Amino acid sequence: MARITMREAISKALWEEMERDPSVFILGEEVGVWGGSYAVTKGFFDHFGPERVKDTPIAESAIIGAAIGAALTGLRPVAELMTINFAFSAFDHIVNQAAKLHHMFAGQMKVPMVIRTVSGGGRQLGATHSQTPDAIFAHFPGLKVVAPGTPEDAKGLLKSAIRIDDPVLFIESATLYQVRGEVPEDEQLIPIGKSKIQRPGKDVTVVTYSKMLETSIKAADLLAKEGIEVEIVDLRTLRPLDMEPVIDSFKKTNRAVIVEEGWKSYGVGAEIASRIYEEAFDFIDAPIQRVAQKEVPLPYNQALEQLALPQVEDVIRAIREVL
Amino acid sequence: MGGFLMEKTEYLDLFKQMILIRLVEDQASALYQKGKIGGFLHLYIGQEAVSTGLISARQEQDRVITAYRDHGVAINCGIPPKVVMAELLGKATGCSEGRGGSMHLADVTKNFWGGHAIVGAHLPIAAGLALGDRYQGNDAVTICMFGDGATNIGYFHEAVNLSKVWNLSVLWVCENNLYGMGTAVERASAVSEIRQKAEGYKIPNSHVDGMDLIKVREASLKAIEKVRVNKTPYFLEIETYRFRGHSMGDPERYRTSDEVRCWQEEEDPIGIYHKYLVENKIASREDLDLVEKAAGQEVQEAVQFAESSPEPLGEDLFKHVYVETE
Repeated sequence: MARITMREAISKALWEEMERDPSVFILGEEVGVWGGSYAVTKGFFDHFGPERVKDTPIAESAIIGAAIGAALTGLRPVAELMTINFAFSAFDHIVNQAAKLHHMFAGQMKVPMVIRTVSGGGRQLGATHSQTPDAIFAHFPGLKVVAPGTPEDAKGLLKSAIRIDDPVLFIESATLYQVRGEVPEDEQLIPIGKSKIQRPGKDVTVVTYSKMLETSIKAADLLAKEGIEVEIVDLRTLRPLDMEPVIDSFKKTNRAVIVEEGWKSYGVGAEIASRIYEEAFDFIDAPIQRVAQKEVPLPYNQALEQLALPQVEDVIRAIREVL
Repeated sequence: MGGFLMEKTEYLDLFKQMILIRLVEDQASALYQKGKIGGFLHLYIGQEAVSTGLISARQEQDRVITAYRDHGVAINCGIPPKVVMAELLGKATGCSEGRGGSMHLADVTKNFWGGHAIVGAHLPIAAGLALGDRYQGNDAVTICMFGDGATNIGYFHEAVNLSKVWNLSVLWVCENNLYGMGTAVERASAVSEIRQKAEGYKIPNSHVDGMDLIKVREASLKAIEKVRVNKTPYFLEIETYRFRGHSMGDPERYRTSDEVRCWQEEEDPIGIYHKYLVENKIASREDLDLVEKAAGQEVQEAVQFAESSPEPLGEDLFKHVYVETE
């Protein structure tokens, strides 16, 4: 096991898959000569060449549309959208084309593509560049939405995403790129659509994913000093959603807090909470709590931005509420 | 005509394709009014020479992708009328097993990559099809058809620009039928000669009369050859006219019945081609009557096939949502 960063883990997954399978190629803004706006594809252009690491115009519909078309011919494109905020410019191609073609043409067409993108706030980029609209994309059947919170999961899930025949939106978090974690040296494929207990505990179930896994772990560490044992379930995939570990954990703790970075209204927390109500109503000992972003476009000012984003203290407060 | 001559059977086959399209659509129109076809139904009547001439010029490896007015294209690409009709009726025997309907016909085994219902959205996908062929070293041209209305949306400009920047083997074909839904071209587009938009992307282009099958075929053969040899995109504007409304239930307030009648009487693509075949002694009236009769028979059988076909099974509702779970 080596301790590597999230950035290195994602980069390794891409590199290994491109070495393994010549039908895998990358396209996106600044993925080539520049080396990736988050340096994930640094060195790829020189090694794999311009046909496999394709710089594109700033034209998100063209990027995703071209990836869909190439996927229809049997290739496995990995399209990079610089941030998920730019995915709105390609929204039709993601949710109305990539997610629909296989079904609408009765299985004749397959779209084995991955869209890598970056979600989340906290970097003073202002309202249009800081959103966490993950739940919006998870709304659409036909698309798979993956959002890892650890380097190990990022590597194993990205490799699986590249290999499966369905379109996958692979959501990364810019503020996690430098986070280090143990990643097995040998090849590991982590199946898409499996939630995971990242920390066992008996007192309360915290359900979270991506950047908020880190926040939740910090909260759990602090509460552990008081003897409160928090169990953390990491969703890892938002669609298809694997509720089994969540329900199993909840039946044990009877208390749940859901932590997400996006806005609360119509969000991941709303979905998880209602699933718990539907599937484990008799086990509820306290009203389920949701921790999420405050309902405001994210401001530029650092203090205001942090005020709007969910913090460790917010998670702790919510856990105390259900205990 | 030099270099574009065909065998008599081929001339007759193109005639038959146009007749099939028209008869299938006449039947579809009637079935729609009876409530047997749901959703939207966009008829191609009047535009038959466009796709018939264009697709007759392609080679087997060339991909075709179009918008939602796709019944004609589907038939030209080789989907049997009965399979088209079954899809219109939402039956399990339709080419999209009743999942797609009128706007989403496809048969990838015939290199027909679909009717697509979001205006302009299939253009970036067409660029991707050509990218896939380039990547894999295939000697194929992607033929992408769209209406005049699609040239005003961003997708068009992103895709056409990309095709030139990457030198993709795409033949962009604008079917200019003078109206985007009910809005005349000059009310929606800065240039009414659509091919001028290709100039802005340094893409060679030409314009052809879309009511004359022979002219469309000639222009298409030249254009496809240019794309194949030069490995760069080409833009072909085909001017045409739809005789029916945009879709069923179009009040047609944007054009006069005189205008429509004038086109129908003087520019009917089937009439023009019929006359061409007879005057040039390629086929006799009797030959063409026989073709019409056979096509009529085939379309009658297509309707019977579609009506007697089974509905898709409720238990298959979740089929084809994901590849992985199949």
